[in-house]
Amino acid sequence: MVRFVLNGKDMQIDAPPDRRVVDLLREDLGLTGTKEGCGAGECGACTVLVDGETRLSCLMLAVQLEGRQVTTIEGLQRETGAGLHPVQEAFVEYGAVQCGFCTPGMALSAVRIIRRNPDPTRAEIREGLSGNLCRCTGYVKIVEAVEAAAWKMSNKPPEKPAKDAAP
Amino acid sequence: MKNVFLPHSLADLWRHWENEPAAAVYAGGTDLFVKMRSGAINPPSLICLERIEELKGAEEKGDFIRIGSCATHAHLLENSLVRKHLPVLVQAIKVLGSPAVRNMGTIGGNLCAASPAGDTLPPLYALDAEVELRRQDDSRRLAVKDFLVGPGQTLIGQGEILAAVWARKADGYNLHHYEKVGQRKALAISVVSLASLVRLSSAGVVENVRLAWGSVGPTIVMCPEAEKALIGKRLTLETLRKAAVYARQAVSPISDLRADAGYRRTLAGNLLLRLLACS
Repeated sequence: MVRFVLNGKDMQIDAPPDRRVVDLLREDLGLTGTKEGCGAGECGACTVLVDGETRLSCLMLAVQLEGRQVTTIEGLQRETGAGLHPVQEAFVEYGAVQCGFCTPGMALSAVRIIRRNPDPTRAEIREGLSGNLCRCTGYVKIVEAVEAAAWKMSNKPPEKPAKDAAP
Repeated sequence: MKNVFLPHSLADLWRHWENEPAAAVYAGGTDLFVKMRSGAINPPSLICLERIEELKGAEEKGDFIRIGSCATHAHLLENSLVRKHLPVLVQAIKVLGSPAVRNMGTIGGNLCAASPAGDTLPPLYALDAEVELRRQDDSRRLAVKDFLVGPGQTLIGQGEILAAVWARKADGYNLHHYEKVGQRKALAISVVSLASLVRLSSAGVVENVRLAWGSVGPTIVMCPEAEKALIGKRLTLETLRKAAVYARQAVSPISDLRADAGYRRTLAGNLLLRLLACS
């Protein structure tokens, strides 16, 4: 029996201890927002937040969730009550999504970047997203979206000033 | 289904391991699960060390910083002792894997994986680091360069864990540099890497130097001839070029999908020339 908090909800799950967390989430709990890309820690599609830190759910076993707080992309929405999280809103607004496969992992990495540093530079955003591969967008719009989300979450004026505009 | 045990103390670990001696031990899992997925290994059961507090953190011990084997890379990046005394290690960890890999992977795991491309290995060689190996009723210390015997091979024994890394403080050096060449900036296995520690006199003369290359041999490569060629000299392009000749002779790279041997050999020498830009 594994006990942990998933997206704010207490869970007690009778999962095999060697079940990968990505399989537990997707197959056993039906939370298919978390994606499996490479299965080897090289793409970041399976990123989840464990006690607020990004972790790769393809390289973690169910038993390692014992006592932890887990946030998946489904929980990000709930975290702010109704509607989308500001990071998700910014991804929509800036067109930071194409096929969408990397998006849940990207969004969770973005949340961690902004939590650690409410006013990240573009270089810091790129560094924070460096473990999440996107094969569609070329990253520019994703970086812009994270920058805009940070701005929005800091409760600053609605117009984001142009800063370090060069990509 | 494999049994997976999550001990919360060393006492817990020994008790359990006695009953399941064939269990594989892991901390971050970033290496083990990749090998299990590919079918390279298939242990009957697993033991995860991530909850053992005795194996975490870093402390000052005389001339050394003792780092718990299960300290994650992310933890070490923020640890004030490591940042102050072991800057070359910090530089290497900054380019290891990705943020999520650094949140999971540990310094002990990087050593036990024993990849010649492991990013913490060249700094630990340059720092004259030692590993502390422990089993239920004894412990021993070995130099990292003796602990690592080949790709994926270490001298860790049955029933033994890597408990800590002892890295000598690099306070006597004033130039600390780690550079790796990879195929991209993040999430890249090094094609060649070089950790350098240099003590320069106020007149700019090399008084002491330690150089350790990654990904150019079965383990990390050091080159006393190249170090000797630099001692007593200023770090000019000419001096570094001479030392680079020795470095290219010392390495024994292979060709693989990332680079061929000749390119690695050239690069091993060229990375040394970068010290010109750092001094």
